[in-house]
Amino acid sequence: MTTVLNPATAVADGFVLAGETFRSRLILGTGGASSPHVLEQAIRASGTELVTVALRRVDSSATMGGGLLDVLTRCGVRLLPNTAGCRTAAEAVTTARLAREAFGTSWVKLEVIGDERTLLPDAVELVAAAEQLVADGFTVLPYTTGDPVLARRLADLGCAAVMPAGAPIGSGLGITDPHQIRLLRQSVDVPVILDAGIGTASDAALAMELGCDAVLLASAVTRAADPVRMATAMRHAVEAGWLAAGAGRIPRRFHALASTPDDGRPEL
Amino acid sequence: MLSHRRPDVTVVGGGPIGLAVAWRCADRGMRVTLYDPAPGSGASHAAAGMLAPVTEAHFGERALTALLVAAAARWPDFAADLTARTGRDLGYRTEGTLVVALTGDDLAEAERLWAYQRDLGLPVTPLRPAELRAREPLLATRLRGGAFAPDDHQVDPRRLVAALRVAAVGAGVRLVARRVATLAEVPPTGRVVVAAGCATAALTGLPIRPVKGQVLRLRAPGRAAPGFRHVIRGHADGRSVYLVPRVDGEVVVGATAEERGDLTVTAGAVLELLRAATDVLPELGEYELVEARAGLRPGTPDNAPLLGPLPGRPDVLVASGHHRNGIVLTPLTADLVADLLATGVADPLLVPFAPDRFGAGTVRDSSGAGQDAGPGMSQAGRTPWN
Repeated sequence: MTTVLNPATAVADGFVLAGETFRSRLILGTGGASSPHVLEQAIRASGTELVTVALRRVDSSATMGGGLLDVLTRCGVRLLPNTAGCRTAAEAVTTARLAREAFGTSWVKLEVIGDERTLLPDAVELVAAAEQLVADGFTVLPYTTGDPVLARRLADLGCAAVMPAGAPIGSGLGITDPHQIRLLRQSVDVPVILDAGIGTASDAALAMELGCDAVLLASAVTRAADPVRMATAMRHAVEAGWLAAGAGRIPRRFHALASTPDDGRPEL
Repeated sequence: MLSHRRPDVTVVGGGPIGLAVAWRCADRGMRVTLYDPAPGSGASHAAAGMLAPVTEAHFGERALTALLVAAAARWPDFAADLTARTGRDLGYRTEGTLVVALTGDDLAEAERLWAYQRDLGLPVTPLRPAELRAREPLLATRLRGGAFAPDDHQVDPRRLVAALRVAAVGAGVRLVARRVATLAEVPPTGRVVVAAGCATAALTGLPIRPVKGQVLRLRAPGRAAPGFRHVIRGHADGRSVYLVPRVDGEVVVGATAEERGDLTVTAGAVLELLRAATDVLPELGEYELVEARAGLRPGTPDNAPLLGPLPGRPDVLVASGHHRNGIVLTPLTADLVADLLATGVADPLLVPFAPDRFGAGTVRDSSGAGQDAGPGMSQAGRTPWN
């Protein structure tokens, strides 16, 4: 089945996350930016409306002229606190509560890291933390693996979205198992946000073509040699991937098929 | 009678920048008063003192890199002049800097930066592990590669501050041990130079924020000189660390870069710094750990200093926001500010660093409480600002 979409309105229709509508399907992380000035330009170029910030990296009480919170306020984006650096459910729950106090939002990107070298999530601690935070009234957006069963369990216990890794955080490897992301997409009804592993624009477009509702990335932009240019590329890639996903791509064929048929050609 | 005249110049802040500005202004015949409750107790007290225009050159910061290169070029004469005037040893060393990478991932990150630095025409020469270890035999055998940056030198910031203080007083600068909370407290005649590190934000409303750096000081056994001569900057399994050896046996190991304004030393930061340090140079595990402290770099939105008139106050010059580069920028800042005060003409080098470059939107209400901290500490590798 194909859907006819006006590209302008299709993008403007936006994506709904926990009852909030966003025009942009790109979520940015701030980690790795070389300066507040570059981050501000990159945020503006990306068109994002939602930016995730590690509570542990921000001193919300200090006077921070020209710092991170100043930048986010000036850009008019919504702030999504995250629990980066937490290793246990108990730590993550405490950090989420501190973030709610500090930033006045009950949204949290839940990260519970299980392994130092791969920074992959600890599934057991993640589920435990998600359960507690949902019960505590948080809007929980868990960073998870590509496991479709784990994603379903997270959605079942009340998470507002699931955020599978395409590849390890900061690796820039792209989506190492596209089929699993497709499986995961079909296992849950909540939004799927591809989180981690994006290296360049084609990775972001692929995530959207696989059926993801949005893409979250940080290093791919902040550590690029030209972050503002890469932010612009990501904006276009996410839009392109999403439009393509809804446009009904042609089947892959083994042999060629001329785009101009021979029928009706004059015989000379 | 000279003593009845108002001072020509009031300097607020007695870190290396403020002291050097005061010294150079007094040398040009101006009457200078400098206010600071505790000169040299801010960021410079924690700083390692790397003079590193090359290994600090990063993507998207060409104007800053050009300033750092110009600043580093002034160091040999500045150091010689300061030592001649005061008889003080500054711990100024010119053996150069080795950058080393521990893993394949580390090497890929480092090579990307070297390529950029070489594109700018900066001297950085890749070296194989055997070549690195020929220069510094104590380096870990598992290093994957590195580079030599011969123009990146070092000085001991604590010795620098002590010498600048002697030079300033010797040139006639009056030091007043008092904190200036607002510019209204400064005598209304003459010119004012604000060189107050992170406290500049509260004094001027300019966008300067504290960027916390935790840093360690080790000492070689038996009070001997450390077993290595170069400044070593390590990319160690995704961590960044620098090791700065002093002739007197001290080794500075740094530093974190945290978006915070407190001075707490944390167990995790000490662990990470020492893990990276001993990964790069295993022998450091035998050294004495003599100090762990935090300092606050005065960071600006684009990592570059604020040098020039305060918007709306042509009588006030700002020389602050030196972030990671305060020590290398000390001679250039002092000379160009003193020239500007003496002649009224701004050197073209200052133009990209005007304090009003971020527009009105980023100048803040100046009611916030400031922190006493002098200008810049350098930081390892190039860890992001948040």
